Amino acid sequence: MAKIIVVTSGKGGVGKTTSAAAIATGLALRGNKTVVIDFDVGLRNLDLIMGCERRVVYDLVNVIQGEANLKQALIRDKRIDNLHILPASQTRDKDALTQEGVEKILIALREDFDYVICDSPAGIERGAQLAMYFADEAVVVTNPEVSSVRDSDRIIGLLSSKTRRAEIGESPVVEHLLITRYHPARVTGGDMLNLTDIQEILSIPLIGLIPESDAVLRASNQGVPVTHDQKSDAGQAYVDCVSRLLGEEVPLRFHEIEKRSLLARMFGGGRK
Amino acid sequence: MKLLDFLKRERKKTANVAKERLQIIVAHQRSQRDQPDYMPMLERELLEVIRKYVQVDQDAINISLDREDDCSVLELNVTLPRPGEKN
Ligand SMILES: Nc1ncnc2c1ncn2[C@@H]1O[C@H](COP(=O)(O)OP(=O)(O)OP(=O)(O)O)[C@@H](O)[C@H]1O
Ligand SMILES: [Mg+2]
Repeated sequence: MAKIIVVTSGKGGVGKTTSAAAIATGLALRGNKTVVIDFDVGLRNLDLIMGCERRVVYDLVNVIQGEANLKQALIRDKRIDNLHILPASQTRDKDALTQEGVEKILIALREDFDYVICDSPAGIERGAQLAMYFADEAVVVTNPEVSSVRDSDRIIGLLSSKTRRAEIGESPVVEHLLITRYHPARVTGGDMLNLTDIQEILSIPLIGLIPESDAVLRASNQGVPVTHDQKSDAGQAYVDCVSRLLGEEVPLRFHEIEKRSLLARMFGGGRK
Repeated sequence: MKLLDFLKRERKKTANVAKERLQIIVAHQRSQRDQPDYMPMLERELLEVIRKYVQVDQDAINISLDREDDCSVLELNVTLPRPGEKN
């Protein structure tokens, strides 16, 4: 029975798709049978980030409308056997998604997979609400910036009222805070919200901190989720995040300026 | 002491301003979040009752629920048209 995890944020462009792809990849690399679903109907992007855009034949809406079955629509990742992608439709409008349709798909996927990762569209409308509705857990992606933090708070409100778990009075959706595009130097300079402030304001537990990183753009250029780039800070930070999702305790990294000071260099070592 | 205060104030960075603003806005959002589901319906029905006696607009009525220590206070504000004025 799979765990359903929604990656959501309210605000657009904060790193949901990057994170959904990286987390799904990380979970699969750890041996979990994982599927990642693009809920951004009309604006699909997950296929590009996962590098399978040329293999899309059927999509989520085709399955919901009975034009294809789930097996035909699922794309097997070319690097990891136990990772699958269910792309969103590029042409249909958002109304093509129905709650019953989504439920049917999730119930079917639940049987076969260990993790179902739902990449939510931005906003708090129908698409975002459908992406979170059946979730067991939520990764709330937040940038250290006022509008992103405020929108995350709105999303946290929806998670505790507009989800299946909330409506039927089951144990609530487990919420995780994922701070992305964190820039330690700007935080130290006093011009970027620091991670404790963000945590204090949103008051949900931190699952990970992803630094602002050139590796993310390199990864999306190539269609290889950044988790595969284990030399990069962002890639390592996503691996840490995945370990915590799996219940392991991992110390936080990449939240301080890399201390390659003169002193550190003189005495050797000094690696962060 | 004064000098220290001065130095501290100098160091008040934009991130701190952001934090203070967010604390206020988030507190406000949360107070709305906790409003019971029946509030919009209650507001509509109250408006209907008032309209039996006075013609008022939709936006002439303002309703809010404030939580005190051991009870909640329902605050209802209705702006009535000036007497004699036909609406
Ligand atoms: N840690 C990071 N460092 C640098 N750039 C990043 C990082 N995370 C995301 N980005 C960049 O931010 C942009 C938006 O990322 P992404 O598409 O994942 O956001 P999104 O939340 O899915 O957007 P949308 O709301 O449109 O779906 C992309 O250009 C991505 O490369
Ligand atoms: Mg996206």
